[in-house]
Amino acid sequence: MMKNTLTIAVSKGRILEECLPLLEQAGIRLLEDPGKTRKLILETSRADLKIIIVRATDVPTYVAYGAADLGVAGKDVLLEYGGDGLYEPLDLGIARCRMMLAGPAQATNGHGRLRIATKYVNTTRRYFADQGKQVELIKLYGSMELAPLLGLADRIVDLVDTGKTLKENGLTPLELITDISSRLIVNKAAMKMKHGIIKPLIDDLARTVAR
Amino acid sequence: MKRSADANPWLLPEGIEEILPPDAAALDQLSCRVIDLFTSWGYQLVSPPMIEFLESLLTGTGKDLELQTFKITDLMSGRMMGIRADTTPQVARIDAHNLKRETPTRLCYAGTVLHTRPESSGGTRSPLQIGAELYGHAGIESDAEILCLMLKTLASVGVTDLHIDLGHVGVFRGLVNRADLDASAQARLFEILQRKARPELEALIRDLSIPGDLGDALLAIIDLNGDESVLGEAGKRLAGIDDRIDTSIAYLVSLTQLVRDRIPDAPLYFDLAELRGYHYHSGFMFAAYVPGYGDGIAFGGRYDDIGAAFGRARPATGFSTDLKSLMAITGDHGSQAAGILCPWSSDSELLDRVEALRAGGEIVIMQLPQQQGSAADMACDRELVRENNQWVVKKLD
Repeated sequence: MMKNTLTIAVSKGRILEECLPLLEQAGIRLLEDPGKTRKLILETSRADLKIIIVRATDVPTYVAYGAADLGVAGKDVLLEYGGDGLYEPLDLGIARCRMMLAGPAQATNGHGRLRIATKYVNTTRRYFADQGKQVELIKLYGSMELAPLLGLADRIVDLVDTGKTLKENGLTPLELITDISSRLIVNKAAMKMKHGIIKPLIDDLARTVAR
Repeated sequence: MKRSADANPWLLPEGIEEILPPDAAALDQLSCRVIDLFTSWGYQLVSPPMIEFLESLLTGTGKDLELQTFKITDLMSGRMMGIRADTTPQVARIDAHNLKRETPTRLCYAGTVLHTRPESSGGTRSPLQIGAELYGHAGIESDAEILCLMLKTLASVGVTDLHIDLGHVGVFRGLVNRADLDASAQARLFEILQRKARPELEALIRDLSIPGDLGDALLAIIDLNGDESVLGEAGKRLAGIDDRIDTSIAYLVSLTQLVRDRIPDAPLYFDLAELRGYHYHSGFMFAAYVPGYGDGIAFGGRYDDIGAAFGRARPATGFSTDLKSLMAITGDHGSQAAGILCPWSSDSELLDRVEALRAGGEIVIMQLPQQQGSAADMACDRELVRENNQWVVKKLD
């Protein structure tokens, strides 16, 4: 973390794609097409600002350790892995989706603890605990929709965009857990020590988002 | 995959580290340097126990510290004991219960504390906490002294490029007081402010129907951070909401002046929404930051009345830091003097010479019979050799 430069951690895919137009309106363009390079550190039109490409779940880690000053992280990741120790000043309003509880349409609550398959075990545990329910959590890394079909779980908690995948696998969205979008996150020490360059960037992005 | 407990008997628990030569000696010297500085300001060294009953460790300190404390059962009394996670409550107890002085009491300490979880990402669970506390004076002058002492301490160990972030609990207390929030709403507000999460704060203000001027003030404090101009702006934007807020801001202005009179280039900045240590502090609070570290390196502030549970409520202000992280920041690993290698012998003349050299501050290492390694391997640059019937120190090439 150099004193007068900024590093922004972003994950490849939807978040990066939707982030680039916002950055562009704040006067920041990538010098290379991220789709055509395998570089993980991308230079921008601003000599003092770099973008690093990391996995979505790693964005808060890079920022919390101060390896990146800022980051763009989905609210799902922040809820699950803890946004503690980070500033979260701006909802960028991109990569929007919903975190939902889903299951077979004719689902019954049955006896005993519900078994929930999800990537988001912490968020799911909190969601049910807030309703006074304890559930059995089954951590999966993908293809959540299979779990109820094969009897591995009663329900799933996952991100839902169009709902098409759920539908094609015979599942219905049951409850909205929370709306998800990407947030700008900032390292606490960086916010204080690089205030002079971070604050105008946040303000620029806030104006762009508000439009 | 079965994890076998004894597969790696050398493996230390996460966040627990050992310090090897030459760092261990350098750390010890660093500790001595800081304690000497504290002593020169009149702070007397105390050495509280590593472990004590949980109640006395945790009195008046809030839930955060409880979760940070390792606990074990005392088989002699059946009571719970805790391994200290913070030395400050112990020193407060010493001031309130053991010393019982009427004069302002200046105390300092250095020792390892243990945390159940690292305080910052990737941090240690066994910091070497060193700090200074001033009891028995409620005025702004003692806060200024503590802040100056921290600045001098960090300068003395070679930490440069500092950024001191100052705040005051009165700002948040004043706002919460006026908003008349219940405990759960307060907790949500607190959590959101700590993340400066403006969109969530806007939603919370709507949810709780916090009236316009108060809602604006809450949104304003998220942005009230930066240099001294922040205090002027805060004075305007938060005026007339609650007396406590005006008093707190005026206090920070005066404190800044007092510190600047003593240390003109003190790098003081302000963050009125910073609430670290809020449950524990009762007045101003501060944190020191350096570039390249994601978290603060030294913390402090006023915490009056913590001694109440020990029989005497006393005003208190102080700061602490972790020597291990200071050493990592300064990159000062010390330099160990080279020694003198001496052959194994019972010759009294040689033994007298060795005694004299050691008394003069030299490192003299007795070579053991049939040992391996040269003088250089033993970190020696000289040798004691017999020449012309006497023992002389000879420089090695």
